[in-house]
Amino acid sequence: MIEHHLPALQVLLPLFAAPLLMFLVRWPTLAWALTTAVCWATFLVSALLLEAVWAGDPISYAHGGWEPPYGIEYWVDTANALVLLIVSGISAIVMPFARDSVEQEIPRDRIAWFYTAFLLANAGLLGIAITGDAFNIFVFFEISAIASYALIAMGRDRRALLASFTYLIMGTIGTTFLLIGIGFLYMMTGTLNLADLAERLPAVRDTSTIRAAFAFIAVGVSLKLALFPLHLWLPNAYTYAPSMVTVFLSATATKVAIYVLLRFFYSVFGVEFSFGVLPMGYVLMPLALLGILIPSIVAIFQADVKRMLAYSSVAQVGYIILGFSFASTLGLMAAMLHLFNHAVTKAALFMALGAIVYRIGSTRIDAMAGIARDMPWTMAAFVVGGLSLIGIPLTAGFVTKWYLLLAALEAGLWPIAVFLLATSLIAVIYIWRVVEAAYFRERPAGAAPVREAHPALLLPTWTLALASVVFGIHTALPIGAATRAAEILLGGYP
Amino acid sequence: MEWLGLYNYWVVVVLMMTGFYVVIAQGNLIKKIVGLNIFQTSVFVFYISLAKLDGGTAPVYVEGVSAYTNPLPHVLILTAIVVGVALTAMGLALAVRVYEAYGSIEEDEINAQDEQDA
Repeated sequence: MIEHHLPALQVLLPLFAAPLLMFLVRWPTLAWALTTAVCWATFLVSALLLEAVWAGDPISYAHGGWEPPYGIEYWVDTANALVLLIVSGISAIVMPFARDSVEQEIPRDRIAWFYTAFLLANAGLLGIAITGDAFNIFVFFEISAIASYALIAMGRDRRALLASFTYLIMGTIGTTFLLIGIGFLYMMTGTLNLADLAERLPAVRDTSTIRAAFAFIAVGVSLKLALFPLHLWLPNAYTYAPSMVTVFLSATATKVAIYVLLRFFYSVFGVEFSFGVLPMGYVLMPLALLGILIPSIVAIFQADVKRMLAYSSVAQVGYIILGFSFASTLGLMAAMLHLFNHAVTKAALFMALGAIVYRIGSTRIDAMAGIARDMPWTMAAFVVGGLSLIGIPLTAGFVTKWYLLLAALEAGLWPIAVFLLATSLIAVIYIWRVVEAAYFRERPAGAAPVREAHPALLLPTWTLALASVVFGIHTALPIGAATRAAEILLGGYP
Repeated sequence: MEWLGLYNYWVVVVLMMTGFYVVIAQGNLIKKIVGLNIFQTSVFVFYISLAKLDGGTAPVYVEGVSAYTNPLPHVLILTAIVVGVALTAMGLALAVRVYEAYGSIEEDEINAQDEQDA
């Protein structure tokens, strides 16, 4: 009985728990405990969903018993089950870490509100991934976005406020563009259900209305996923947000937006239209290449490690979009794989930074000089994450770069293969700067002594750091899921 | 004179571009939010226009009427209006916090203060 309603529970659990937290303002620890329980429950739900669709057919869930395409449909197949697993998995792992980190960075009377916003952001992201209704995607985008603006604005630095405001302006323009695009689609087809849209679009697709819809959706979602050069909101937002928020958003928010773009390009409009009639490959590929190169170079010159990793995130989005732009099964599979691997890797890196912030209160490279002697475990986790970010063999990052390389060679684009290797070297430079400071420099004279972060912070960090190694060696789960996801996305709706 | 019949879409385009321009060109945070509101309003008008059928009535069954206006986009846009209100509230709340922190809501003055700190 209950397993029949898993798709609804996936979103409703965090959505309904969020307002409950408001009653726990005076008991922040209880609010944390409830949030943790909800996050682990959603993780369990998404694991069960992935298991169900892995073996069997996709799940279609009719909300309130209204049959699709009239009612709102939740649609789960391997492609979005993987995205759901990433979002709920990261939120579950970040929660044990959050307790101390949030207690230190957020005023005590606001902790419950903080978790309310966190659960709403979580529900929104899960909703975007699971829904099979175009307008629902817009609504969930806004739920997660408004909650994220609040989360980012709770950063300690006052610059967090302006970062959040910039994100609000750019994010709203993005989602409004998406809304316009959906309006055009509805105008021509009279439906909002994604599967139904995919069925009805071919008949009307040679009209300027549909081309306009495509353009609005592509630009709108690209703003949300921080595709270069629409990434300007991201570095500040990630730099000044509280540590735990950066971990969560960097691993999930842009990934979910990428999934939406994949869904629209491949399943709704279809490969033939997106990459044949409209040559999106020629638009996305240069943007992806520039998006890898320029932010990577900018990352080298950052004095703040958190900002450096934020720029690196923009570059990683470039890698995913690059795989996406090949419009081949292999390229798409590399994109889905990197979606997963980068979420794990970047979350590990930002968590290690969060632990450092907890002890030294800063993420500037100067402030991190010599801390590896006092915080060996934290810095070791950072190095492992860094290796995976670079793409050293035996890490998750290597596996995706390898498949990207294969996809580039398959498309006959060997200069891109060379480019991939060269940009990995840029990642070596910026990760090395941190390693050099932390391991080979002396602590600044007069600096307060530093202790190792305690287990509650270290354990989640190491879980993800080890995961980025395990998924580099035992690649069956991510590669299997990514391959199936790519096949499903290319195949469109059954 | 076909373009005149589509005048509500022209209104949409003018509103959209006005709002968009205000968001980009204005350095004042409140004015940016005003621009964003105009921009969003254009989309509301767009949705309402596309559902309207010439001579169509409200979707209530009446004897002798066969043309109905589509109610669904109107319902959708009600949701979008609520979202817009929430966004405006969020944006204004942020502007208030920015004013408390910086004593100004002009973007260039705030940036100047940040550069002094750095």
